[in-house]
This record gives sequence, C-alpha cells and structure tokens, in this order.
Amino acid sequence: MNALIDAQNLHKAFGSVQAVRGVSLTVRAGEAYGLVGPDGAGKTTTMRLLVGALRADQGQIQVGGFTLGRETEQARAHIGYLAQRFSLYGDLSVAENLTFFGSIRGLRGPALAGRAATLLKFVGLHGFEARRADQLSGGMKQKLGLACALIHEPKILLLDEPTGGVDPVTRQDFWQLLIRVLAEGTAVIVSTPYMDEAARCTRLGFMYQGRVLVEGAPRELTASMQGRVLELAAHPKDAARAVTAADPAVEDVLTFGDRFHVRVRETAGPLARLPAALAQAGVNVERLRAIPPSLEDVFISLLAAQTTPAQA
Amino acid sequence: MNTRLVSIIRKEFIQISRDPRTLILVLIIPVMQLFLLGYAATNDVRNVPLAVFDQDRGASARALLDAFRAADYFRLAYDVDSEADLRELIDRGLARAGLIIPAAYSQQLTSGESTSVAFILDGSDPTVAATALSAAQLIGQSLATDLMTERLERRGASLRLQLPLEVRTQVWYNPDLEQAYFMVPGVIGMILFALTSILTATAIVRERERGTIEQLIVTPIRSWELVVGKLLPYVVLALLNTIEVLVIGAWWFGVPVRGNIGLILGVSAIFLMSSLGIGLLASTIANTQQEAMLSVWMLLLPSLFLSGFFFPLEAMPLVLQWISYAMPLRYYLVIIRSLMLKGVGLQAIQGDVIALALFGVAIMGAAAARFRKRLD
Ligand SMILES: Nc1ncnc2c1ncn2[C@@H]1O[C@H](COP(=O)(O)OP(=O)(O)O)[C@@H](O)[C@H]1O
Ligand SMILES: [Mg+2]
Repeated sequence: MNALIDAQNLHKAFGSVQAVRGVSLTVRAGEAYGLVGPDGAGKTTTMRLLVGALRADQGQIQVGGFTLGRETEQARAHIGYLAQRFSLYGDLSVAENLTFFGSIRGLRGPALAGRAATLLKFVGLHGFEARRADQLSGGMKQKLGLACALIHEPKILLLDEPTGGVDPVTRQDFWQLLIRVLAEGTAVIVSTPYMDEAARCTRLGFMYQGRVLVEGAPRELTASMQGRVLELAAHPKDAARAVTAADPAVEDVLTFGDRFHVRVRETAGPLARLPAALAQAGVNVERLRAIPPSLEDVFISLLAAQTTPAQA
Repeated sequence: MNTRLVSIIRKEFIQISRDPRTLILVLIIPVMQLFLLGYAATNDVRNVPLAVFDQDRGASARALLDAFRAADYFRLAYDVDSEADLRELIDRGLARAGLIIPAAYSQQLTSGESTSVAFILDGSDPTVAATALSAAQLIGQSLATDLMTERLERRGASLRLQLPLEVRTQVWYNPDLEQAYFMVPGVIGMILFALTSILTATAIVRERERGTIEQLIVTPIRSWELVVGKLLPYVVLALLNTIEVLVIGAWWFGVPVRGNIGLILGVSAIFLMSSLGIGLLASTIANTQQEAMLSVWMLLLPSLFLSGFFFPLEAMPLVLQWISYAMPLRYYLVIIRSLMLKGVGLQAIQGDVIALALFGVAIMGAAAARFRKRLD
C-alpha cells in the first residue's frame, strides 16, 4: 500500500534556531505514527510543515499523493489537523464550530447536519451543542477539536499533543476514539509526551533537537535494550545510588518514582556484585532484579548517548 | 455560491455580534465622534466672557454695553469696580476680555468731543482672540457711525450718511458659516478610514493571536476567499456607519446632504479600498491586536492632520500641502464635502475619485501580495 504521508529530508530554521534538521517519515493507511521527544524537539514544527502551515526550507512532502507547495490545497482537502494550542473559536458554540469547519470544507445542508450529529455522538459532546467552546473543559475542547478535524472524513489526521493537560480518564476515552478512527484506515500522526500513549502507536519516531534519533515499532525499540535494565528499590537512596553507580557494568542510575532504573552493559555481573556491595554500605535492599525495558528507558538512554559526547 | 466564502462571512458576523468591544466601536464611537467634533472642537466663537469696568455709568455707556450684549459674541459676565479687579479676572481665565469705559465717556460724547474706550483681550487662544477682536472692532465702528450720523442730523444735515463703497457679501453652501458643515463630512471620512482599518487589522490579527489561524490555514480555503470573507463584513458595517453619520448630521446638526446618496456611498466604497488595504497591511506586520492597533494609528495620525480634517488644506504650509497629496483621506474629504454641501455630480470630482481609486488599488495590491496563508 502507498504511503499517505511521505516526507523526505525536511529542514526548517527560525532565524538561528534549527527547529527541524533532516526529518524523513512515511505513514500508511491505518498506521498511527507517534512523535515523541522532549519540549522543543521540533515535533510541532514537523507537524506544521506536514500540513503546509509552515514552508520547509528544504525537503519534499507528499500528502495523500499531492505534493505540498504545488498542490497544497488539494492535499489539505484530505488533512484533518488538531493543533497543540486550542485553535477553535471560543466565542462560537460547539455546533457553530463544527458547522463552520464543515462548511468551509464544502459540506452543506443535510449532509453537514448529519455528519455533525454523528461526530458529536462519536466524541460524546451531544447535549453540549449550544455551549460556547471557551466554556468547555480541557478534555471536551480536545474532543471538539477532534470532531472538527474529522468533519470532512480525512484520510490523514495529525494530532499535536491532543491529550496535553487532559485528565487520565479522558485520555483513555480519547485513545478509544483514535483506535476507531485508525480502524477506518486513516493514517494518523500523533505527538505525545506520555509513554503509555506512545506504546499504543504502530510506529514511533523519537525526536531530539530537530532530528528523529530512532524510529520503529515500540516492541522493536524496547527489544534493543532487552537485558540491559535493572530495577532497584533500596534505602537510604543517596547511598544506594552512589554504590550502584560505582559498579563497572553500570552505565547510569535513574530515579523512577520511588525506585531506580539501572542501565547496565550486562545483567549477570551487577546482579552478582551489587547485593554485597550495597549491604556493606549499610543500604537496605528491598528489590533488585532485571526487568523488561520500558520506552522511557530506551529514550533516556538515547538522550544520554546524545549528551555524553558533548559533555566529554 | 461559494460555500467557503459564505461560511467565513457568516462566522465573522456571528463573532461581531458577540463581541461587545467591536459593537461599541461600531455603533457608539461614530456618534460620539460626531457630537464631540460637532460641538467641542468647534471653532465657532460665541459667548466670550467679558468683564466691564464702567466708570461712567451714563446713558451713552449703557448704549455701548447694549451693543456688546446684542452681538452674541460676548457675554457680559462681570461688572467690576477697578482695573485691578478686571486684571485679576482675566489672569484667572474667568474673563477672556475686558472693557474699560472712562469716567468722562457720556459727557465727552454729548459735548461733541472724541473719546475712546479700552478693550483688553486674552490672546492665549488665538482663534478666540482673533474673532473677539474683529467683533469688538465691528461693534465699535458701527456704533461710531451711528453717533456720527446722529451728530450730523442734529446740525441740520438731514441726509442719511451714505458710505461711498459697500462690499456685499454672499456666503455659498454654508450661509451661517456653521462649523458642523465642515466637521460632519470630515467625521464620515475619519470613521471610514480609522474604524475600518482598525477593525479589519484586529479581526485578522485576532485569528493569529488566538491561534485559530492555524486551523484555518489547514482548510482548503483560498487566500483571496479568506481576505474577502474577513473584509466584506466590515465594508457592510462601514457603509452602515456612513448612513448613520449622514442621518445624524442632517437631522441633528442640520448639515445638508445635497448630493446623490448612491454616489456618496459609491465613492465611499472606493475610499474603503484604501482603509481596508491599510488594515490588511497592518495585519501582515503585527502579531498582536495591540500591535495592529498601534501600527494603524501611526498611519492614521499624519493623515488626520495632513488631509484637511482638522485644518483646512489652504491654511497649511506649501510643503505640507504637497505631502497631503499622498494621503487618500485628503481626496475623500474634498469629495465628500463637495458632494454633501455643494451637491455636485461625478464630473466635478472625477479627478479626486480617480486618485482615490488608484491609491485603493495600490494599497490593496501591496497588502494582498504580503498576505500569506501560512504561519511564517
Ligand atoms: N514560530 C517560531 N519562531 C521561532 N522559533 C520557533 C518557532 N516555532 C518553534 N520554534 C523553536 O523551534 C524549536 C522546536 O519547537 P517545536 O517544534 O515547538 O518543538 P516541540 O513541539 O517538540 O516542543 C524550539 O526551539 C522552538 O523554540
Ligand atoms: Mg509542541
């Protein structure tokens, strides 16, 4: 099957800030491509390039088979976009927003009314038609944004941190909606700071400083770190950290809530040496074991690899 | 019908109807401007407060004061007993003029001698002073002529004094020299110019400020549809404002509308191209509504001063008169004043209309060329 989004070697600078530096990505129908990365990595800029809101300094973009720059408006007919910042009309009602974005995309009459009603039900906003958009809760705003982005049944959907600032229950709802959209064969690009959301994507691109550092299915990415993460729960924490970091096979020690994730070159050595070393330092060890790596482990180790040479 | 265009126009009207600030700007400001400029900024000089130091108190002195009273330029506000009192009233700004009648005034006049009175004037406001000065001189001359005639008659020369030359004046278009006749057409020009450019600039920048432009950009709406759809509602509002000001000007201030209404609205629409263009241009430069407002004002202020809005073009130094040719408002003010007061046809104003159209096309063209359906 052909890619619905195909971007090659995108570059974008704002003055001296190189926001995007050579990003390439392809997304097919029914695929959810997750863009993850810290703030300022270039996720929003990449999305804006893909919808033609910004013009790339370099690179080629094809969306739905149309080349951006040459056939931008034709491409946009197939794009649904939910910006990171709330960008619907706060002084219009829920229904008026939907009607506006529907009619601006050429829908009218009963077709528009029917589609709007279906979507309101779909996102769970029926009954709120007359409410002004700026009086909706954060989660409801995002659901209205999704409804407006879907009004013309786009083949391509781009969502920039759609669950930012949304409560966990609504986040769950939102992903249930996305799964149904994906099932209809839509190509989705979604950026998110949440690792549990990233894990739901078909493929992930990890962005840092304008580049996609790694790309792959969540399972492939974690597989690369298999057998390289230990979990440690111990008291007192400072001493536990110092002793663990001193082990020759340990690469770094990171705090994960009330525990540590210890990145190691191999697990056998540290698992044999650490209990004794910790006990000798008066550290009380609750738990020490090898665990399957999480996406967070993968990305943090990638970041460490990026920053270490610079510090050296 | 173009659904994209219609939907954006409809959306804009809904938003205008819900935005109290825009509504006030559109409905109230023009009326306020009209009344402020129709009254407060008027150059008409009436009822200048006059302090009188009458040392004579005779019949002739009373006749002189009656003459002052009869001309409504002066209000006999204070009757004082010393020059010092008179000086103090003028110093404190309570009186703007003073009249000192000498003790021997009546007696000198009856005995056939010449006499004089002193008229003191606060010159700090030159417009008021100039008018009051000529009014006082006129009152004095006319009284002197009457006295002279009286004396000649008493000596038996019963002929009426006939001056050898008389200038017969006729004031056309504005026989009572009402300041409102000058201001009301000006206010129409200012409203069309200032209000529409500010409203269009902020309406477009608001989409950027609130982030809604990002959603709009991603729809297949064409640039021209976006521009026309955003501007058209304000054209309608501006023309309604024009009618509003015309009606109030005619009904309240009695300013005649002698020209053809269709022609007035048509020429106003041509003028709107310039102000909409300036608004659009400002919107391509500014990132916030405040910036937009500011940049529009920077363009507006010189226009107001250099286009004959406050000061007549003929009263400006030659260099400034030349500069005024670069101001679209200048042409419109000439046109609207001619249309309203003189009731001329298109022929009499076609040069100015052509100039206005050229400015409109140039400004609009430049703005449209700068306008991009993109964030960068
Ligand atoms: N319009 C802009 N003007 C100037 N700099 C920008 C602009 N948009 C983004 N940037 C810069 O580009 C970089 C990437 O930003 P962004 O794409 O928003 O990252 P992310 O969405 O991953 O947080 C940041 O350093 C940001 O400051
Ligand atoms: Mg972002």
